Amino acid sequence: MTPKPVESASAVADRPKERARTFTTISGRPINQLYTREDIAALEYDRDLADPGQFPYTRGIHPTGYRGKLWTMRQFAGFGTPEETNERYKTLLAAGGTGLSVAFDLPTLMGRDPDHPLSLGEVGKCGVNITSLADMERLFEGITLGDITTSMTINSPAPMIFAMYLVVAEKQGADWSKLSGTIQNDILKEFIAQKEYIFPPRPSMRLITDIFAFCSKEVPKWNTISVSGYHIREAGSTSLQELAFTLRDGIEYVQYGIDAGLDVDDFVPRISFFFNSHSDFFEEIAKFRAARKIWATVMKERFGAKSERSWKLRFHTQTAGVSLTAQQPYNNVVRTALQAMAAVLGGTNSLHTNSLDEALALPTAEAATLALRTQQIIAAETGVTNMVDPLGGSYFVERLTLDMEKGAYEYFDAIDRLGGMVEAIEHGFPMREIGEASYRFQQEFEAGRKQIVGVNAYVETDEAPIPILYIDDSAAETQLARLEDLKKTRDNDRVARSLDALRAAARGKDNTMYPLLECVRAYATIGEMCDALRETWGEWEEEPLI
Amino acid sequence: MRKIRVVIAKPGLDGHDRGAKVIARALRDAGMEVIYTGLRQTPEQIAAAALQEDADVIGLSILSGAHMHVCPRLMELLREKGLDDVLVLVGGIIPDVDIPKLREMGVKGIFLPGSPMQAIIDYINGNVRPIAEQV
Repeated sequence: MTPKPVESASAVADRPKERARTFTTISGRPINQLYTREDIAALEYDRDLADPGQFPYTRGIHPTGYRGKLWTMRQFAGFGTPEETNERYKTLLAAGGTGLSVAFDLPTLMGRDPDHPLSLGEVGKCGVNITSLADMERLFEGITLGDITTSMTINSPAPMIFAMYLVVAEKQGADWSKLSGTIQNDILKEFIAQKEYIFPPRPSMRLITDIFAFCSKEVPKWNTISVSGYHIREAGSTSLQELAFTLRDGIEYVQYGIDAGLDVDDFVPRISFFFNSHSDFFEEIAKFRAARKIWATVMKERFGAKSERSWKLRFHTQTAGVSLTAQQPYNNVVRTALQAMAAVLGGTNSLHTNSLDEALALPTAEAATLALRTQQIIAAETGVTNMVDPLGGSYFVERLTLDMEKGAYEYFDAIDRLGGMVEAIEHGFPMREIGEASYRFQQEFEAGRKQIVGVNAYVETDEAPIPILYIDDSAAETQLARLEDLKKTRDNDRVARSLDALRAAARGKDNTMYPLLECVRAYATIGEMCDALRETWGEWEEEPLI
Repeated sequence: MRKIRVVIAKPGLDGHDRGAKVIARALRDAGMEVIYTGLRQTPEQIAAAALQEDADVIGLSILSGAHMHVCPRLMELLREKGLDDVLVLVGGIIPDVDIPKLREMGVKGIFLPGSPMQAIIDYINGNVRPIAEQV
């Protein structure tokens, strides 16, 4: 190997002028002018990369990549009443979507009924409102749950919503042991980033280990948790922070599962991941590749997992909502396409592409279809699916992958020193790190060192408005009327008994999923079920830090 | 001359607080006194904070679509408390059709995604009471 000659002062002065003094990624990582074989001199193929399908899976978990099976095109959707969302699902399935992904409104996500004061103006706005089993039945009317896979973005009330899904499946005559899908169920990132928490961290973790235990017995094909970096990134983290905090959250769940008496290879294969794909193309690709390698290594070495299925990190990706702009919204189509391409080159197993109008409102049906078409064009026309990990061996991508890996382990050490992720959250550590990164980027943007087209570069003053989906208050009215009606028509004694049984399980050690299924069958509302646990465990409040 | 006092609040159930936190820091760095209320504030709590903190400005961050419920209630409470001279700004995802309605109820500044911090700082400096008193 040829050593790099040291540049003399005059050579530096003579160096051709570049556009900036330093070049950095969107996360602020410095990038060299050129990467050569010296940058990957320490890389050993079998140890660090290996062929796709081989440990540590840096190049992918399937030997055939997308030649075997394309990623699942899973578009997140939900708004208004269950009927309105049901109609959108039927459209997406008819357009060639291959899985459903449910977006719930804020009252549902926060475990509140539509008649709670904090639900004012929120019912059906950011997603579909689900108050009781009756709404879940409406949501999947005419859709056979045994034939599709469904992903549900639900966290604090994940056990309640999952129980509703299982009861709908039961009523359709589906066999739970054959059902497949995902609940997000990732409470740690709620404390860290999205802030849709209800109960304090420790009882929240107990609900999750209850689900692990329940599913390994009753619904073995269900993905019990989707450990999510998406929201961490949306909160303004760097790419590295997203990678490190997400994987460290995953480690925390595995540790809690083991501490609850579960066998690592019984529940880890059902843990999946969810990442953001932001605009800095190669940094994102390196992040995805590093994630697979780190997870495989940690599962094998830290936890002694023996099953290959425990080593393989499977992940869903969504393009970066935070990168979308209200200005010149058609530019968002281009951003999303490039971000989707990074996810595909990084080997994502499933993908959601955002719609062009999402900085303005929830997407229209046309915008949502265009977003799906974006994925279909990548799959059908670009040829990037013809080979596995086409960027493997790139000096730059491999160097960046190694750097991301190293940075993630440094964060793991810092969090381990605090006692674990739950303790780190109690200390406010990840939140502070993200807050700093988010502000740093904003300053770079304000100073014009980071450009966003249409916002601080190539600005247009006179923009024509685009059509957007306007959600009125009719969903709230419908859902309020239904709630009132439900409370008159159901067997309220049965509801009260089932809620008592839930409280008893929460106070003791019994798995909370079984009493929750009984509450759901009795048509207890999400607010009632969450209130029963609020009374038992209390609520979490974070200290407002800026 | 006392510093401009700003209450930054996140009403409703939404927890996406990147925008609220970034603007809170930017205003603080621009020399203002910033009080961040934290998440899930009712209009009543926000009005009470504005009164207690003797706020010149209230900045609301709303991404969830609840603005047409939160803002009328807040403006009504501010009037009741004699706080109608407080400059109220809203940042977030606000459909075009709602903008004139918000202005009509007395919301002065409306800032959509991608608004530069400097534009918000300049707006506050140009529109807040103590500045008028200065000149």
